[in-house]
Amino acid sequence: MSQLKPPVGPDDHTQGPIDAAIVLVEYGDFECPYCGEAYPELKAVQKAMGDSLCFAFRNFPLSNAHPHAERAAEFAEAAATIDRFWEMHDLLYENQQALDDRSLVGYATQLGFNKTLIESALSGEFATRVRRAFTSGVRSGVNGTPSLFVNGRRYDGPRDADSLIDLFKRMG
Amino acid sequence: MSDLPPSATVGQAAPDFTLESTPGKKMSLSELRGHPVVLVFYPADWSPVCGDQVALYNEMLPVFGDHDAQIVGISVDSVWCHAAFANDRKLHFPLLADFEPKGEVARRYDVYEAAGGTAERALFVIDADGIVRWRYVSPIDVNPGADGILEALENLPRHRSGS
Repeated sequence: MSQLKPPVGPDDHTQGPIDAAIVLVEYGDFECPYCGEAYPELKAVQKAMGDSLCFAFRNFPLSNAHPHAERAAEFAEAAATIDRFWEMHDLLYENQQALDDRSLVGYATQLGFNKTLIESALSGEFATRVRRAFTSGVRSGVNGTPSLFVNGRRYDGPRDADSLIDLFKRMG
Repeated sequence: MSDLPPSATVGQAAPDFTLESTPGKKMSLSELRGHPVVLVFYPADWSPVCGDQVALYNEMLPVFGDHDAQIVGISVDSVWCHAAFANDRKLHFPLLADFEPKGEVARRYDVYEAAGGTAERALFVIDADGIVRWRYVSPIDVNPGADGILEALENLPRHRSGS
């Protein structure tokens, strides 16, 4: 039970070699405070593990609980089309308290979105991509955010950097 | 009625019940006949794990809708507690109060946790004809997610409404 579906592939937003020994997937919501807490921890894990880790992020916005989460996720998907997904991901987590449309347009402009792309992102053109990620999460057994998967299995242990690094070093 | 509990086992008719959904308004399982029903027993409003669990199901309403399924939550909390909880979490599905006699419906479904005095964290998928097709009881502190529910809904025989 709780097996990642589908496995990480070329359609995913990844950092690190896709065939790394350890593949860590986060289902996250940009407005979720627990995801915000996990953000610097996961950065530290990536830094410590280097090329032995592949990190992938999939959108899982809880839009009833977090009014800006869906639109923020759509902007991240829009950023991916100009190869700026991770810059947007980082900006959103570093500015979790400012995710209204105006702020999102500000980050988009900063990352070089043109007017057409901003309009597409605001008009819901990327909603399908977000929905697809969300549905894959539900099928994989995501039960809240953030949900982590390590080499395809849901990981329910502690999410601080030290615990994860320790686990990954033992696995590697 | 506790003399002969029609236990909610897979392949058997789901025991019918009538409970309050909002102050003054009652809902019966039999009203939902014709649609698959996802019945979610959970220990308590407001507790952190339940919060995540109901938030997840709330987001999934369009997915349940694709299966023409109705999701219903049940706990031993009162209607007033449910009303405050649903309002706070912006929930768009009914929460039923298994409040008086306390936990009676949970007992009939064999998912009452007497020591804590609450329902267990249990999921049932009932088909359009009112037959239990899937049940799952999660450890009380583990949010079971929705992958099992989705799989159970997908495995339901396609229901064709006759009328």
